[in-house]
Order: sequence, then structure tokens, then C-alpha cells
Amino acid sequence: MKSSSTAAMKPMKSTNRQEKLFQWFVGIILTIGGILMLIPFFWMVLSSLKHESELMKLPLTIFPSSPTLENFTKLFENMNFAVYLKNTLIIVFFSFIGLFLNAAAGFGFAKYDFKGRDSLFYIVLATMMIPGQVTMIPVYLILNMMNLTNTMIGIVLPGLVGAFGIFLFRQFMSTIPNELLEATRLDGASEFRLFVQIILPLTKPILAVQGILTFIAGWNSFLWPLIIANDEKLYTLSVGLSLLKGQYGGNYALQMAGSAFMIIPVIIIFIIFQKHIIENYTISGMK
Amino acid sequence: MKGSVNRAPYYFIAPTLILLTIFSLLPIFVALFISFTNMDLVGLADYSNIKFVGLKNYINVLADPIFLKSIGNTLFYVIIGVPLVIVCSLGVALMINFGKARIFKAFRVIFYMPAVTNVVAVAVVWGYMYNTKFGLFNYILESIHLPAVPWLTHPVWAKLSLILLAVWRAIGLNMIIFIAALQGIPKSYYEAAQLDGASNWKQLTSITLPMLRFAIFFVSITTMIGWLQFFEEPFIMTQGKPLDSTTSVALFIYRNGFQLSNFGYAAAGSFVLFFAIIIITLIQFKFQNKDTDL
Repeated sequence: MKSSSTAAMKPMKSTNRQEKLFQWFVGIILTIGGILMLIPFFWMVLSSLKHESELMKLPLTIFPSSPTLENFTKLFENMNFAVYLKNTLIIVFFSFIGLFLNAAAGFGFAKYDFKGRDSLFYIVLATMMIPGQVTMIPVYLILNMMNLTNTMIGIVLPGLVGAFGIFLFRQFMSTIPNELLEATRLDGASEFRLFVQIILPLTKPILAVQGILTFIAGWNSFLWPLIIANDEKLYTLSVGLSLLKGQYGGNYALQMAGSAFMIIPVIIIFIIFQKHIIENYTISGMK
Repeated sequence: MKGSVNRAPYYFIAPTLILLTIFSLLPIFVALFISFTNMDLVGLADYSNIKFVGLKNYINVLADPIFLKSIGNTLFYVIIGVPLVIVCSLGVALMINFGKARIFKAFRVIFYMPAVTNVVAVAVVWGYMYNTKFGLFNYILESIHLPAVPWLTHPVWAKLSLILLAVWRAIGLNMIIFIAALQGIPKSYYEAAQLDGASNWKQLTSITLPMLRFAIFFVSITTMIGWLQFFEEPFIMTQGKPLDSTTSVALFIYRNGFQLSNFGYAAAGSFVLFFAIIIITLIQFKFQNKDTDL
């Protein structure tokens, strides 16, 4: 990024100044764009701290006249947000098991030579092309046949593993030298111990990124809980929030509190780990 | 010991392969099968009630005015949405890549942020901002003496409003892809061009954009497939209102499958969508090949 114009530093001073001016110009445009991108978040937080009546008064106020947390407590008193939160955390927990399974499969494909390996791997990749709308209905029917509709297992299973994760793990693990595995095998370690004690620690960078993305995906999970859960006891935060929108359509303060409750934890996690997440795409996104 | 090594890979891949088979591969065949049957709630209760109806579902769905309308809406989303996403994310990526100060890296985080947030939650937030009376957008418009906009109540505005929300969410990821591609362009190209006295604009049009051809192709395909499956935004914000003018094909399938329980009918609709995705992707690949031949 830096060196692109250092070679051209020699020419006249005026181009240098022009360049600097242009840098400022681009910076200002990006700042305006960035503020526009963030407006929904600011508006959500500010509105969630206002009393319900303040949102329905014209002209609108920007900052809450008397900030309150009552909307957030209402989420837990009037709605079952505690239950939704618990279910969401259960789903997050299971999606980490899915992450482990993806890693194991990636290891199997990367470090062993076995019959049918390549064709099986192509099948795994092919599943990425299948649109969700096509599988939505049959998956529901299959789960129904297994008597798993309206159960937590039924909500978790369809999205537990994914081809993209397997692909990333396989790519990364292929770079681990075979000699390392052979040395550990000579020490008499079982293949499973080899995977858990040698391979997984070496995979830490990708495991970290995938872990964060898994958390975010689990936290945001919406479609399967919506389809599989008939019972409010199994609703996740997203499904609960869409229910809240239906039940309290006019109470925007409560809706903003519900949204903030879902969005803010993810934004905090994202900001802490943003470097890893963004670089993950820079590494894996364009290959 | 040798034997355990031979079997080991199968133990590692078996759980994922079984899950992918049950929940990704098998469903394709189940969907194809039920799209030729009258599968509904009655059929779900007792499989002996399921009857073969041949191509009836396909014929009916292709004559269903709401399905046709949803195809029209989805095309509207694709035609407006895809170029908008590419222009916005490429523009932001170029600007961020152009900047030399460290602050420019922070912009990556800000523009990416909407991409990690929950669709339902942001749709709820935008729904409030779009409110014609108490929403932020009309408040701003009125305070600068512009007429109020019927964001979610007018057939065309409602589609544009949903597109605006989706573009806002889509910029981040595609911007990252473009930045990665931009950083892959050898610096020597620019240095040579600068020695020849090429302007910034000339460098952009004759080095940067041609070198980004593959990235633009990749983003346009993935974005188009995404828009063809547009679902959560209309589902939460408008439920297809007003008068099905925001109903997408995906929402049509969901509604017929899970609200009306016409599984066979919805499966037929989903295959029409699947074929559309395949055909459009193939056409794009064909154009791409022509491009690289030149």
C-alpha cells in the first residue's frame, strides 16, 4: 500500500501537494461514507435508551431526554428473552462441535491417502452450490421423519457442518509437514491423539478465525430455528426478535432494545478480533 | 497398527460426510421427488395419501400470478442490486487502498461492520428508520424541506428500500475481496506507469480495473446468486407487502412450503429457482471466457 508512489516522488513539488490534497479528499469522502454506514447503529442505541413515548413525539429528539434501561428489562419481563438467550447459547455450543467435526474432516482429507478421497472431496465442495431454498423443505420432511422437528437436535443438525469450513481446514492442514506426523506415530500415539495434540494446536490461526465466525453464525442463526421450532421454548434470539416485531409492532423502543441486545455483543467481538477476521478473507477469500 | 492408520481417515471424515449426505445431498433427491407429488400436511400425516401428479406442480407454479410477480421482483432486485453492490464495494475498496495514512485501515472495520450483524436485528432497525411518520429518514428529509418518501408502502419504493438495506450489508465482504485483489497487483506496474507520466485516472482504467477482472467476475456471480435467494429482508420488513410487490422467489417458496404446507408445490418452485441460478451462472461463465480470450 505504501510504496506505490514512492518511486514517483522525484517529480515536481506541485504534484506532491496535489497528491496530498487528493489523499485528504478521499479521506473525507470515506469519513462521510463511514458515518452513513454507522448511522443505523447509533440510532438503534440512542432509541433503545429512550422511553417509548419519546419515540412517538414529533419533532424527534436525537439524544434521549432521560436515558433509561427499562426497554432492556422489559425484554426479560414481558418477553422470554432469557429463554431465547439460553437457546442461542446452546446452538453456539453445538456449532463449536460442528467446527471440531469440520476440522477432523479437513484433516482426513489433507493428510491421508485413501480410496475415493478426491471424489469424496469434490462431493463435499459440490454441496456448497446447492441453494438453501431447495433443501429447506426436504430437510424439514427428513427431520419430521426422524421425529426431530421441534427439538433442539433438529434445529442444530442441518447446519452443523459445512463444506466451506472443511475446505479451509484442508487447505491449511496440507501445509503441515508429514515428517511431523510420522515422528509422532513412531512414539506410539494413536491417530486421534495425533489430531488433537499435534494438528489442532498447529491449526490455531485458522481455528481462531473459524471459531469467531462460528460464534457469530451461531449467535445469528435464524432460518432453521424458525422452520423447526414450533414452540417458543426453542426460539433463538433472532426468532424471538421477529416474534417481538409481530407482537409489539408499534413499540419501537422495545424493538430497538431487542436489536441492540443482539447486535452489540457481535460488534464488540468483531472489533476485538477484526484483524483476524478481515485477514482471513484476505488470505482465503481470493484463492 | 498399520490397519488402524488405514481406517483412520474414514473415522475423521465419516461424521461430516454423513451429515452432509443427509442434509445437503439427499434433500436434492427428496425435493425432486416431492415436486412431482401432491405432498402436503395430509401427506405428511400419512404417506399413503401422497399421489404422483406428474408435471402439474410445475405447470401450476409457472402460471401462478404471484410466482410470476415474485420472479419479476427478484429480477428487479438482481438488476438494481448487483451493479450497486459492485460499484459501492469497489469504490470503497479503491479509496481505502489509495489512502496512505493508517486511519484508512480503520475504515475497513467500519465498512465491514454491517456484514457481521444479525439480519433480523438490522431489518428491525431499518424498519423503524423507514417508518413514514416517526422514522429517521423522513425526519431528515423533512428537516431539509424535501417531501416524505413512502419507504415501505409504495410498490417501487419498498423494493428500493429493501435493496438499500441489503447493499448496506453487502458492501463489507465484497470490499474485503476487492482489497485483497488490489493488493495482489504488482507494484511495478504502477511504478512503470508513473515514470511514463500516467495520471491516477489512467492508471485506474488501464491497470487496476483490467487486473481486477477476475475479482469483479467472482463478486458479480456470488452477489447475483445471493440476490436470487433474497429472503430475510422482505420476510421481516414487509412480508411481501404491499400487494406482493416485494415478494421474492425465496419468500414465495417459504410461504408455500411452511405457511401453506404445500410442500410439493413449493419444491417445484424451488427447482425453477435452482435452474434459473444454474443457467444464469453458466451464461456468466460464458461471457467471462469470451473476455479472457480477447
